[in-house]
Amino acid sequence: MGLLDSLRQGLQKTREAVFGRVAALVTGRGRLDESLFEELEELLILADVGVDQAVGWVEDLRRAAKERGIREAGELRPLLREQLLDAMGGESPTLQLAPQGLSVVLMVGVNGAGKTTTIGKLAHRLKRDGRSVILAAGDTFRAGAIEQLEVWGKRAGVDVVRQEEGSDPAAVVFDAIRAARSREVDVVLCDTAGRLQNKSNLMAELEKIRRVVAREVEGAPHEVLLVIDASTGQNALSQAELFSRAAGVTGVVLTKLDGTAKGGVVLAIRRRLGIPVKFVGLGEGVDDLEPFNPEVFVDALIGVSGEQGSARPNGA
Amino acid sequence: MFDGLAGRLQEAFARLRQKGKLSEADVDEAMKEVRRALLAADVNFTVVRDFIGRVRERAVGQDVMKSLTPAQQVIKIVHEELTALMGGRQAALNVSGRPAVVMLVGLQGAGKTTTAAKLAQHLRKQGRRPLLVAADVYRPAAIRQLQVLGEQLKIPVFSMGEDANPVDIAKAAVGRAGQEGCDVVLVDTAGRLHVDETLMEELERIKAAARPGEILLVVDAMTGQVAVEVAEAFHRRLGLTGAIFTKLDGDTKGGAALSILAVTGCPIKFAGVGEKIDALEPFHPDRMASRILGMGDVLTLIEKAQRAVDAEKAKQLERQLRQGEFSLEDFLDQLRQVRKLGPLDQLLGMLPGMNRLKGAVNLQVDEKQLNRVEAIILSMTPQERRNPDVIDGSRRRRIAAGSGTRVEEVGRLLKQFKEMKKVMKQFSGMSKKLGRRKGFRPF
Repeated sequence: MGLLDSLRQGLQKTREAVFGRVAALVTGRGRLDESLFEELEELLILADVGVDQAVGWVEDLRRAAKERGIREAGELRPLLREQLLDAMGGESPTLQLAPQGLSVVLMVGVNGAGKTTTIGKLAHRLKRDGRSVILAAGDTFRAGAIEQLEVWGKRAGVDVVRQEEGSDPAAVVFDAIRAARSREVDVVLCDTAGRLQNKSNLMAELEKIRRVVAREVEGAPHEVLLVIDASTGQNALSQAELFSRAAGVTGVVLTKLDGTAKGGVVLAIRRRLGIPVKFVGLGEGVDDLEPFNPEVFVDALIGVSGEQGSARPNGA
Repeated sequence: MFDGLAGRLQEAFARLRQKGKLSEADVDEAMKEVRRALLAADVNFTVVRDFIGRVRERAVGQDVMKSLTPAQQVIKIVHEELTALMGGRQAALNVSGRPAVVMLVGLQGAGKTTTAAKLAQHLRKQGRRPLLVAADVYRPAAIRQLQVLGEQLKIPVFSMGEDANPVDIAKAAVGRAGQEGCDVVLVDTAGRLHVDETLMEELERIKAAARPGEILLVVDAMTGQVAVEVAEAFHRRLGLTGAIFTKLDGDTKGGAALSILAVTGCPIKFAGVGEKIDALEPFHPDRMASRILGMGDVLTLIEKAQRAVDAEKAKQLERQLRQGEFSLEDFLDQLRQVRKLGPLDQLLGMLPGMNRLKGAVNLQVDEKQLNRVEAIILSMTPQERRNPDVIDGSRRRRIAAGSGTRVEEVGRLLKQFKEMKKVMKQFSGMSKKLGRRKGFRPF
């Protein structure tokens, strides 16, 4: 147990040390030295941006600092901020829906990411913006998933099209599109069962859903949103890659960002796969879904408190 | 994306010398790659740093085994340390109470409800009568989810609806277990953030009311750096007794396992490995170590290397045998190797040709006796060990007294040794002849 104890103690010490340094970084006191760069690398790694990405950015930062003749620690923050914002692709894109006629949005992701909850929140949001919405209960696999979506449908005040548990999800989506047409609804939000991206049969099922949607509605699906839990580590990259291959992901929804997880892996996703973040989930309430704001996100990531999470100096 | 630590290490070492001791420079180079691999696998930053420090200390100056490359030697050390840190052995579930109470806690979406059902099924297979308790009153249809799973499994589910207090539910469930004829109570709690003060406090109250023998943290195998904070927070509030790692059938490396272990010190008891209700397996720390390192073949690699070591020593031994140089010293050396490797039978199996000799030689040495044999040999003078023929009655008495054994035992060992040498000589002569005649290669 000696080793574990020492590890635990080490953790405590580092956390204090790191946040101490970051505070110095933010308040701008102190001279620029090598240890500061190392700690920035640590900060980025701890935010889940990925080790290669973190090393690369800090290398860039070191170079930029040299070029611009930066001496004070405080001058480093704006530089890093700029760098990360640049990586995030600047302006946040909004949901791309058909200018007129029916739009279809697919919600995909691994198990437990928060797809059903996000659909509920998104339905509420669209409705508030004056759009009519139907939900397709496409998660016909998980026990209770249909009921869960129905509760959200009630909260948002929108209809849910459903079939029995175990039925073909593509058929449910098909039904929902028909229902939307006959009721002249603007948007169909399709829930799908959570699936791990390395299960090829389940990914094929997703492809089929996409095909059905594309066949029934021109230009559809208008958005395919990959829901990613903010506490996910580097596996999110694999998720983005494989879900894109099967379903053509157009955007990411980063959920559960109200904890201490920073969700930094979306930076790598944006950089490597070009997929932008569209929304962030911040709680369990129907209003707790916000359009992604890169500035707030980056500030939270590098330790300045912001709306999308906060720096907790003592690790909560 | 990630080419595997083994390949990268081999590359890093390609320019370095192949033999001798691991120098500081060698180790530093290797540790850079190990660090990167562990971080890429989502092991927490601080855990990685401490781990690297420890491995580095152990590796510098260590002899590189003859048949290993420096890279393999480092992998071997890293793998050993990682497995050791992860607990080495599988940990059993404590379900000794009547009723035994197991509480499942964790973040939202970790897989608590599904795991509760899987665990219930697992326990029933062991002859227990589980009761599932629906204490997640917050997530819409969470109770329904557990009820559906309970129906599928024909395992009773205790619920008081969504308006009841989870603390009351847990308390009532424990009281009800007996009436329902159940002896294990599995409490499925609502997912919550580790920084949610109100909900964390609620868990403390559930714990006080239900007095669980097991409080298991259910963790998504894909969790990143935050795993440390999460595990720490739940452990501090509740005193976890273990963890369950879910969604391990994905393609994640699962470095969070190491983080959780480092912070809580409690074992990971099960792994969720699929969507089917029986897809719950005991957690294997050694396999997890390989997976985190990003080299599924690391064990094979090392095993192969290890086999190569034995083959080399065995070759040397065989040379000595042919030349009649096999001494009691060599025998002792062999014995000690066996003890490192495992039972004697296995060593015999590893020695070329020995399989066929096993029946011929009356080498009845069990594990306990090995101690005595070692003591006997150690009580001999170097000259006696090299040439046992000089050992007469008086020397036997001295050796027996020195090793705390009896004269007969010394005699028996000498007789067995002589017998063995004879048979080996015969065999080696035989294989030489065979080799000449039919191109038969014993090795």
